[in-house]
Amino acid sequence: MTQTPETQSASLIKEFAPRRSFLADFQRWEWLLVLLIVVVIVANTRLSPHFLDARNISRTSSDFMELGLMMLPMAFIIITTASVDLSVASNLGMCASFMGWLFMHGVNIWVAALAALALGTLAGFLNGNLVARLKLSPLVVTLGTYAFYRGVAYVLLGDQAARGYPKAFTYIGQGRIPGTLIPFSVALFVVLAIIFGLILHRTIFGRYTFSIGNNENATLYSGVPVARVKIILFTVSGFMAALAGLVLAARFGSTRPDIGTGLELAVITAAVLGGVDINGGRGTIVGTVLSLLLIGLMRFGMGLLNIQGQVQGIVIGLLLILSILLPNIAQQISSARGVRINWRSALISLGILAVFVLFFLFFFWSRAPVIAGG
Amino acid sequence: MNEHLLELRGISKSFSGVEVLHEVSFTLHPGEVHALLGENGAGKSTLVKIITGVHQPDKGEILLGGEPVHFSDARDSRQAGIAAIYQELSLFPDLDVAENIFAGRQPVTLGGRVDWRKLYAEAGKLLDSLGVKLDLKQKARTLSIAQQQMVEIARAFSINAQILIMDEPTSSLTLHEVDDLFRLVRRLRAEGTAIIFISHRLEELLALADRVTVLRDGSYVATHPMKEVTRFGLIRMMVGRTITDLFPKQDVTPGEVVLKVENLTRAGSFYKVSFELRRGEILGLAGLVGAGRTNVARAIFGVELPTAGRIQVEGREVRITSPQQAIELGLAYVPEDRQLHGLIPAMHITSNISLPMLAHYARMGWLRDTRERKSAYEAACQMDVRANSIWQLARELSGGNQQKVVLAKWLSTQPRILILDEPTRGIDVGTKAALHALMSKLAAEGIAILMISSELPEILGMSDRVIVMREGRVTGAFSRAEATQEKIISAATQDVATIGITL
Repeated sequence: MTQTPETQSASLIKEFAPRRSFLADFQRWEWLLVLLIVVVIVANTRLSPHFLDARNISRTSSDFMELGLMMLPMAFIIITTASVDLSVASNLGMCASFMGWLFMHGVNIWVAALAALALGTLAGFLNGNLVARLKLSPLVVTLGTYAFYRGVAYVLLGDQAARGYPKAFTYIGQGRIPGTLIPFSVALFVVLAIIFGLILHRTIFGRYTFSIGNNENATLYSGVPVARVKIILFTVSGFMAALAGLVLAARFGSTRPDIGTGLELAVITAAVLGGVDINGGRGTIVGTVLSLLLIGLMRFGMGLLNIQGQVQGIVIGLLLILSILLPNIAQQISSARGVRINWRSALISLGILAVFVLFFLFFFWSRAPVIAGG
Repeated sequence: MNEHLLELRGISKSFSGVEVLHEVSFTLHPGEVHALLGENGAGKSTLVKIITGVHQPDKGEILLGGEPVHFSDARDSRQAGIAAIYQELSLFPDLDVAENIFAGRQPVTLGGRVDWRKLYAEAGKLLDSLGVKLDLKQKARTLSIAQQQMVEIARAFSINAQILIMDEPTSSLTLHEVDDLFRLVRRLRAEGTAIIFISHRLEELLALADRVTVLRDGSYVATHPMKEVTRFGLIRMMVGRTITDLFPKQDVTPGEVVLKVENLTRAGSFYKVSFELRRGEILGLAGLVGAGRTNVARAIFGVELPTAGRIQVEGREVRITSPQQAIELGLAYVPEDRQLHGLIPAMHITSNISLPMLAHYARMGWLRDTRERKSAYEAACQMDVRANSIWQLARELSGGNQQKVVLAKWLSTQPRILILDEPTRGIDVGTKAALHALMSKLAAEGIAILMISSELPEILGMSDRVIVMREGRVTGAFSRAEATQEKIISAATQDVATIGITL
């Protein structure tokens, strides 16, 4: 265990310490994300004339909103439990399918949507109860419900697709705020992101979130209702998954039982890339929103360059690994005055990464004429 | 002249610009127990880490057997025959005793597989030579702390350590275990091993050590043969002033009963515990580690639920099922393990202090910074927390200051009943005296205090009444006038044979 040297402050706290500025909360990681975003924008503007087209951006931005909606509660869950809710995408699929199923059986679409929201909330509440009351590992619980909820989606819809949603409903996923280019789903996300951000950073609930993530026992001993906080988090996560399901179904205009498959990993990626510590206790909503923006811009830019989705995945994956590796190395270097840095393992990790990058470059270069259509 | 096995000359060390050691010198002879003494933050731990190569000195040199040496990490020093046993024991919980002794250095057969027969044979021989009785196949997680220490010592000796450093080895041992440890230490000394012994318990050092070196604020103060110093002399050297009154207990006439516990039982940990606690009274709860005292405190505070019995708070019968409820009833519990249950080390002082009272600093769940900050600041000042600002992270504070933060947190809830579990464990003498003075003051203000402590001088010095627990049951109750060291020990350890303190 490394111990920070005890600070030798012989003096007692003399001054009434000033209120900390918001910039103090704005940790270095967020600035790095801003920098990366600027780099991506500049690079893409030079590579493609269509990048800064407002219509293009407006159309693409709504592709990431389901991810964003689920990312917000995921950040809370990672901070609190140092674990993840793996069931969000399956829950999304179950709720969207449930809504489609009800709609196909003649239920009014808004009633069906409300029922889907209720179902998602209930599913989240189930996760939360298993985690908090039975003290099971969130990873195991949600791995179970991950399979379970997706299974329910298939049971409901089989191999059919629910379609024919009325225009008023598809507006949620496809429409824009009247008079602007801003998609409705983006506006919804922005409002919710602000609400989640304020809750995390400015309320008692947010403080409980951080303190449970940093030391659950001491938080419990301080009279914080730890179990209740966890149940609320998973319940909200379920609600947001259902909401994302509605948005996604509205965007597609139809629902198939495999809707949103695999999205949970993208959600976790976005949160971790946003600086939410996978070991719990640290993270900001600003960071996760920036990371969502970064991922969106990168995917959009690569899409314009006709780079395949799988390759895009590789790039995002590399970015994630680097995002975890770099701060670790930086921390080692900065805290290593006198302590030997583990250069060997750092170099090995970088070497493996370099092999990946070379492989990817080689692949990209050899296929580039095909991909670029030339 | 080669009488020094180890010599440090003019060692200085800074961390991020703050000098924690200034020109410290130190010598160690073969076959001596050398006590290293100083308040928390005096630089003892840093000095140990320099000797073991975990840190490198900025200035000064280290001589081993007269030769200058340079250790770049802990492995180097181990190869040179220096072994350290830290407060946090570092055994592998799922390996057994013998495997732990040889962890990383298992004897290997020609085929490259672990030679189990040799491993157990050598481990057995080693333990015999140390005079320690342990089951070689017992998993480390099932060993008591004392037994784990024995394994660590055996591990140190399996690499032929000439120098053994023990950092607060006795802080969580029972009296009998301490005796056993001392027997072992004396035996090692007789065989020529040099031992650096760090402890806050002066009585122990006076009984065990041959010489003592005192550090204060990172500087060397003096080295004396133990025979030539007194307890108060040591304290004066450590704190740089004279502390006249170690246990400043004021006389208070206890008021009405505020906490009444009747036949409280939690099957498996304590049985039929009954006592009364009055306003303004300090009730000492003595006993060996593992006697169930902490479990009783946790049950009263709603962390562990009792299976039978009754609790009355201020005359009302209550069933406390959560710490929240306990806090609302006016209870506060300063737990035994600061790092695990008391503090959130990665958060700053303000958040730590305000945590139980957040609802009072908020409107509709919305935190009002100014109020929180103001209350935390006042609480920190009242407790005389030494820190750069109230935004400093709790983990950066010394042990004594951390304990003050925990106390500030609980006092800000304005408790009427305060449960203190080992309130001064691992805390330096100066802070200890301050905490004792505070306890006395709180009692005088009408707070009822239940103090769990394994340190007899503290129990005897601070308590108005003492109850003693053994094996989950109350085995003695004494008034301040009646209580003596002998009575408490005998109540805590009646029939020693059945407790199984044999190692």
